[in-house]
Amino acid sequence: MWCAAGGFHIDPHRPVDRAIITHGHADHARAGHRAVLATPETIAIMKERYGAACAGSFDAVAYGETRRIGDATVRLVPAGHILGSAQIVIEHAGRRAVVSGDYKRASDPTCAPFEVVRCDVFITEATFGLPVFRHEPADREARRLIASIAAEPHRTHLLGVYGLGKCQRMIALLRAEGYDAPIHLHGALVGLTRLYTDLGHDLGDVRPVSATKPREPGGNLAGGLVLCPPSAIADRWARRFADPVTVFASGWMRVRGRVRQRGVELPLVVSDHADWPELLATIAETGAQDVWVTHGREDALVHQLSLTGRGARALALVGFEDEGE
Amino acid sequence: MQSFARLLDQLATTPSRNRKLVLLSHYLTSTPDPDRGYALAALTDGLGLSIPLRRILPDLIAGSIDPDLYRMSRDYVGDTAETVSLLWQPRAARHPGPIRSTRLADVVDAFTAADQKQVPLLLAALLDDLDISGRFALLKLIGGAPRVGVSARLAKTALAEAYGTPVADIEEIWHALDRPYLALFDWLEGRGPRPDPGRRPVFRPMMLAHPVEAEDWPGLAPASLLAEWKWDGIRVQASARAGEMRLFSRTGDDISAAFPEIASAFLGRDCIADGELLVMRDGVVAPFNDLQQRLNRRTVSLRMLRDYPAHVRLYDLLELDGEDLRPLPFEERRRRLEDWHARAAPALTDVSPLVPFAAFADLEALWSGARAAGIEGLMLKERASPYLGGRPKGHWWKWKRSAQTLDCVLMYAQRGSGKRSSFYSDYTFGLWRQAPAAAEAREPAAAGELVPVGKAYSGFTDAELRELDKFIRNNTTDRFGPVRAVRPALVLEVAFDALQRSSRHKSGLAMRFPRIARIRWDKPAAEADTLEAAVKLLPEGA
Repeated sequence: MWCAAGGFHIDPHRPVDRAIITHGHADHARAGHRAVLATPETIAIMKERYGAACAGSFDAVAYGETRRIGDATVRLVPAGHILGSAQIVIEHAGRRAVVSGDYKRASDPTCAPFEVVRCDVFITEATFGLPVFRHEPADREARRLIASIAAEPHRTHLLGVYGLGKCQRMIALLRAEGYDAPIHLHGALVGLTRLYTDLGHDLGDVRPVSATKPREPGGNLAGGLVLCPPSAIADRWARRFADPVTVFASGWMRVRGRVRQRGVELPLVVSDHADWPELLATIAETGAQDVWVTHGREDALVHQLSLTGRGARALALVGFEDEGE
Repeated sequence: MQSFARLLDQLATTPSRNRKLVLLSHYLTSTPDPDRGYALAALTDGLGLSIPLRRILPDLIAGSIDPDLYRMSRDYVGDTAETVSLLWQPRAARHPGPIRSTRLADVVDAFTAADQKQVPLLLAALLDDLDISGRFALLKLIGGAPRVGVSARLAKTALAEAYGTPVADIEEIWHALDRPYLALFDWLEGRGPRPDPGRRPVFRPMMLAHPVEAEDWPGLAPASLLAEWKWDGIRVQASARAGEMRLFSRTGDDISAAFPEIASAFLGRDCIADGELLVMRDGVVAPFNDLQQRLNRRTVSLRMLRDYPAHVRLYDLLELDGEDLRPLPFEERRRRLEDWHARAAPALTDVSPLVPFAAFADLEALWSGARAAGIEGLMLKERASPYLGGRPKGHWWKWKRSAQTLDCVLMYAQRGSGKRSSFYSDYTFGLWRQAPAAAEAREPAAAGELVPVGKAYSGFTDAELRELDKFIRNNTTDRFGPVRAVRPALVLEVAFDALQRSSRHKSGLAMRFPRIARIRWDKPAAEADTLEAAVKLLPEGA
């Protein structure tokens, strides 16, 4: 996405001179740009993932601060998606556009809540842009997981999660519901989780799976909870655990076919993206008369907006599929 | 409704049979009457409400959602009941609905009492009162048998286990019971006598055979045995009494509706007969594939009746004119069967002939000459055996033709479920359409074309599974979700009971009971079998 007035790209896939990054997920934040502007948290995440030299220079802009870039004024506002995620508010020639990036309205103890900004043009995601998608209250889903762990003391619960955001949010939710046993992490989740802790998020007793040897007593982690990337559930790595209960926390778990397809035993409908009612409410609250729908199920959302008399168009952005959400 | 909904949700995501049994047992022992009886009915024979959901639901949902959004949602979800359960928006100000409770019994009563015009209003009121899972459960409940990965047999087994009763004792009376099975639960919980089936047609647990193994032969005396062909259809029991008739599958499922011609052939009789259900044309048994066209149907068209005519080849007689013949020796029952059939044969039946023999060698000689379609093997039955439900040892033997084998090439592998979910354990294999030239044997994929002929997920040890899994991970050429395409480099010797023509497979062939006999790590893929070699194994006339 290119802003002509400011001469910058937003979440570009190819290396560019000047990039503004909405949040740290790999399909939005890539290495190799000459100059990167983002929130301090997003920059920390990029450095953790790609190394300290993954961009020529960094401009850390806190929520609410403004920057003059070319003929445009730019401000970052919390998007509520993950730690550091931001909407990009662009003002030029008396008009205001907001690029939402990915966002949600549900509460999340690991990031700042979404703030509505009134605007002329709202550029929204549509990952869950179908009326069948209505997420469950996340605290209720966390309690279901805790109940299942208690009911199956001889099995290991294996929770497949996105390594950035979902992982730490699930841990925080479980802690808030009183689950205080150690939580075991797949190696791929350790670095980013430590980053959250370093940035002041208390996640309790969190330790790598590798800290326990498979052959020592309790090494199969029966009765315990292990978090891992979704792909690891089907990996040889998972064989050390005690008859695992496969758990997946995602907005896709709303649909039974998706649950069957992944062979999930305990589906939790928890998402870091807005569900259908949140998408519609947010668009209405921005007051935007012109809505651009970027990635996800644009058709249904554009159709719905046209029914309510709003100007809407689909921007067919590729490369933002979010299967692992 | 909420606890039934929770049960359906859990059953749908639980891969293990044992855990499903635990879930079902717990539900059936902890839910009060009559709700548990209606739930049991829903999981077995259905509630019989016959509500035309396919017609009602689109009208009902049209009031609350734009038709294009509904269509997009339905396309994405793939199931109407689930789509409606997700999209339904409870009306804030409820209409004064005809029902205020979502207990299963009240729901069933309300639908039973409602006339056609009231049904949509009643349904809307109920949907308003339920959450997503509850709406889904309701629609599955009233829409027929909810397909939640539970067979009727599993539900009955759970009931038997919950109360420590043999499942056969429940099956025997099952078909004489009425929803919501109050008398059944009274008996199981010690409050009442075992329900008396009276004059209703019931299922008698079937007597099954053991495969005859090498070590069994010395104990078998030809003089004390009778032999008959084992026909390649499905075992059925025709149960007729007092103007009612039921055709049961081996597991006691009522399949009468799918075979109305057999039902009418037995109507008015008073008997319970055991036999093989076949498709037969001009006295010749058709391949099993033809019979498959007629299985698992709730209704059957005239065309199906004409193109796939059903027939029952009788093996045994369990009951005649109110007399229980099961305690009699097989030889005597067999005589009664022949007498009765000679006197008053029901249409569309014949008696499976005995195969005379003096020594087992005679049977082998006869058998090798009988490569016709429809014969799956031989049955050896002790002359003196009573008819005993289950699989009692030492009475009936099945002597199957030693399995045929083909050397196939592994093409695709799919991840298993449950304990096998981290293993590629389901294998699709193929045969060469043309044998690759020997010179190209190292990289055969470039030369020949493989066509899939079957899929197997058994026949190997856990150690072999680990080796296969490793091979697949190291030789993956492509991925499609849980499936991996594999470089054509591994030969699997696949055993199967029979080969048949099939229009569903690209190869035009299908295997019955394929399993991995051996993993041929040693054999170059180019030397695997060809389609041409497989066609020669088709039975005559197929």
